Amino acid sequence: MTVNDTGTYLYAVSHDTGSPCPEDLTGVAGTNVRTVAYAGLVAYVSTVPLERFGAEPLRQSMEDLDWLGETARAHHHVVEEVAASRPTAPVRLVTVYRGDDQIRDLLSQRHDDFTEALARVTGRQEWGVKAYVDLTTATPADQEVAGTGGPGAAYLRRRQMSLRGREEAWRQAAAQAEEIHDALSSVACASRRHRAQDPELSGRKELMILNGAYLVERDRREEFAHMVDKLRGRGVDVELTGPWAPYSFTELADGQAEIHDDG
Amino acid sequence: MTVENPRGAELAREGRLPSERVALVDLLDRLLAGGVVVSGDLVLSIADIDLVRISIRTLITSVRECDTHQEVRS
Repeated sequence: MTVNDTGTYLYAVSHDTGSPCPEDLTGVAGTNVRTVAYAGLVAYVSTVPLERFGAEPLRQSMEDLDWLGETARAHHHVVEEVAASRPTAPVRLVTVYRGDDQIRDLLSQRHDDFTEALARVTGRQEWGVKAYVDLTTATPADQEVAGTGGPGAAYLRRRQMSLRGREEAWRQAAAQAEEIHDALSSVACASRRHRAQDPELSGRKELMILNGAYLVERDRREEFAHMVDKLRGRGVDVELTGPWAPYSFTELADGQAEIHDDG
Repeated sequence: MTVENPRGAELAREGRLPSERVALVDLLDRLLAGGVVVSGDLVLSIADIDLVRISIRTLITSVRECDTHQEVRS
């Protein structure tokens, strides 16, 4: 295999503290994870074959759920290992460079942006919160509609009520999501809303009204979890996941950030 | 695919979720919409929105197929 047949897969960037790469760390496609240090930063990378990680093979692989799941978990595993012991900027899944020189260029050219991103997440963890409502029970539309007129008029009234009820339920759900997000954001340093998951993906029949990510100081995690527990109820189920490496909060300066930073 | 429904305080005390228990969907939310996106001399980065859409479609299709298989079996 010549040099051109391989690429350098990038998982995460951290400060170079001189500590060695965790031993026997395995990345995507069973490759060994190693480090490339430059300018005070260190990149966690592995050498991958371009016959599997080149642009064209990847386009096809992304349609293969087994491959996608396996690769996502391998990527996540490396990020978790690194983030367990130091502030870490995780990199988007499947970011492949031509070689280590390009990694060094990246660390040098974007040095200040990485430093800023790492400062933002130091001492903080990301938590995921998903909120669900069951709209089928939330609508008052099924109530018996009293009134004058024949069965036809009653039917029309019922139908109108049902439509209005559903609209009202949606409006309420959106307002509840807003409320929950605001309450959680008040304990977090930064927050971000991901797109709500399709019921087929969430595996739940209820409507997901909130899919939020919150960057929380390590010593406020109990407080944050307590807040999540408090928000449960009133027809809303709230699910907490994490702590995550700060995936949702490490956009570099010129990225299209939708982060609302409170702190 | 598993769906986690842990209680908040418990989870915070435990510290971290074993990676095999992390739902793939939640993971992909972060890996495909989060993380540092870098440009430059890349072979490929899936910041490319089409690939994200492809993978989500793949997920949905697979979930449907999985449900169908379960129905057939039971």
